[in-house]
Amino acid sequence: MSGRDQILAGIRRSLNRGALDEATVATLRGGLAAPRRNLIPARATILDAEGRAALFRSMAEEVAATVEPIATLDAVPAAVADYLARLNLPPTVVAAPDPQLAAIPWDKRPLLTVRQGRVEDADPVAVTACFAGIAETGTLMLLSGPESPTRNNFLPDTHIVVMRKSQIVGTYEEAWTKLRARHGAGNWTMPRTVNFITGPSRTADIEQRVELGAHGPRRLHIILVEDGDGASQG
Amino acid sequence: MLPQSHAFKSGARIALGNQPLQKALGFMKTTGFPAKRLAAVQRLPEFEALREEGRTIKDRTLKHLDFYLETFEANVIATGGHVHWCRTAAEACETILKICRALDAKTVTKGKSMVAEEIALNEYLEKHGITPVETDLGEYIIQLRHEPPSHIIAPAIHLVKEQVAETFRAAHTDRDPDRPLNDGRILCDEARAELRQKFLAADVGITGANFLIAETGSSIIVTNEGNGDLTQTLTKAHIVVASLEKVVPTLEDASTILRLLARSATGQEFSTYTTVSTGPRRAEDTDGPGEYHVVLLDNGRTSMLGTEFQDMLRCIRCGACMNHCPVYQSVGGHAYGWVYPGPMGSVLTPTLVGIQEAGHLPNASTFCGKCESVCPMKIPLPKMMRHWREAEFARDLSPAVARRGLAVWAFLAKHPTLYRMLASAAIRLLALAGGRRGRFRTLPLAGGWTSVRDMPVPEGRTFHSLWASGKGRGTR
Ligand code: SF4
Repeated sequence: MSGRDQILAGIRRSLNRGALDEATVATLRGGLAAPRRNLIPARATILDAEGRAALFRSMAEEVAATVEPIATLDAVPAAVADYLARLNLPPTVVAAPDPQLAAIPWDKRPLLTVRQGRVEDADPVAVTACFAGIAETGTLMLLSGPESPTRNNFLPDTHIVVMRKSQIVGTYEEAWTKLRARHGAGNWTMPRTVNFITGPSRTADIEQRVELGAHGPRRLHIILVEDGDGASQG
Repeated sequence: MLPQSHAFKSGARIALGNQPLQKALGFMKTTGFPAKRLAAVQRLPEFEALREEGRTIKDRTLKHLDFYLETFEANVIATGGHVHWCRTAAEACETILKICRALDAKTVTKGKSMVAEEIALNEYLEKHGITPVETDLGEYIIQLRHEPPSHIIAPAIHLVKEQVAETFRAAHTDRDPDRPLNDGRILCDEARAELRQKFLAADVGITGANFLIAETGSSIIVTNEGNGDLTQTLTKAHIVVASLEKVVPTLEDASTILRLLARSATGQEFSTYTTVSTGPRRAEDTDGPGEYHVVLLDNGRTSMLGTEFQDMLRCIRCGACMNHCPVYQSVGGHAYGWVYPGPMGSVLTPTLVGIQEAGHLPNASTFCGKCESVCPMKIPLPKMMRHWREAEFARDLSPAVARRGLAVWAFLAKHPTLYRMLASAAIRLLALAGGRRGRFRTLPLAGGWTSVRDMPVPEGRTFHSLWASGKGRGTR
């Protein structure tokens, strides 16, 4: 008997039963095919879009992210350049080759150097899009893919995320529903990596005191674009 | 390799007279995790109801554990990954080595994993010519110091920053020896710089898992530093080492328990990084690991099912029980002598390594009930410690668990470091009991290691009663 079979047999022996009957298996399969939501805290479910955006912002700021509302995607280059200038950071960014960022007129700020693609070790600033914002804890949800390499979220010292307000959902459960709907019901797959990001990297490993920028970004700046509904399909 | 008496003396000194340890533990009571947890819990009106939900999810899963594991496996395979079922620590180590060798790996980076500690993976890899690099700041510090972790979420919690500075000065020899290292910020930056090169150079990345998702074949890790993400993103292969009770049915179920985890552990609303990994990188992706392996470890868990210790399999390793335990707060994690300290360790360690070896741990309790009251998964820890004490007292062990203990004892006997840690635990606790009453200098410290190994049948008295009666020093 293989190790696998021994472990499974051990489980059944301990539970004092044999293999599950077909009816039970069918029921359990059904539970996985149509996941049930458990209790969801009211905090974010009772809010409208404005309320969710406000909650997202305050929760994100609480964990040392910065949030900057702007009117349209057109204003992103100026927002990025000014943010970097305020912090005395070099005006050089790597932008993910994400269709969600395609409409940004980077050439409006000639002094900002923008390269498209995957970050390498020395790149100081990444600009990415995201799939959703989750209001209940000020959390960003990013999916890996050819247009959004995971390392861009972790290697640079500064991570700037461009998110449309309409991308903000209330809860983790709503975010899963949105992900499952991405390729049409019943036909979805997980991306290799789903990153939930809540504030910049930190550690409390020395004397239980929080220091930012342990291994991931030291700064997380969220540019919140107001340009309404419809534009966002994630 | 025989244990030596000087190690015994220094062990007793650590728990007792070592000021830095006492100072480090003192943060628990002031600015540390318990106060932060309380604030986070009070902020979420549904917290109590969520504990009940969490308990139900895990109990439901355990009842059909075979189904969820088989489904998890099928979904890992469907997304291009591999599942390796390992009955023992030895099998898990061998499996991981084989994967590393197939990729011709020289160095592996590691995210913090208590299961990797449990199977003594680093020691094993080193012995076979592969260099493991711990990347969680706390794990990195203790790896440099050749120490075991003293806490399941904050492995270096027993240290103060001056000790970390000393360690870095000794380890990072190509830096200016006179550089200032006097605060956490500087220490953190130095570790970041050192480890960045290791992330980029590593061949394989090993992480643990907080959850395995049956529905999707995914693993989830929860971190604050981002080290687990660099570990799994920049390497040729991502190996997940996880014990089999980590499986939950759906992403929704994991989300519910995630609402409990960070709040209970560090008092955060949510950890900085919650990462869901499914299979290897997709054909069109420009980064991510080329291979994805899940090393699924039993190591005694299935024997706990259906016993009075089954509830322990709900544990999500948040650390709240130890953060709030008066015994842990006094002696720190090393005194417990194995990878799982505090109340959860007092229940789990005898289960996993055998009551013959760790039968004294369930006595390391004042039975104040604090652990159970903060446990997000509502695990009846004091009740289970009492079970152990009764079992130990009557020597009336349930056969499955007892057999398990012997098997693991054999493993431990071949791993002197672990064995020594286990053997020293009772003595440190007893030494502390004496020391609290000012009798440290009169403790029979010269007893030597042979007598420690040859431990008598425990007397079944609680730490609390020993402490109260002042007879802690006399129980040997
Ligand atoms: S026993 Fe409970 S409190 Fe302790 S680590 Fe496990 S889940 Fe957390």
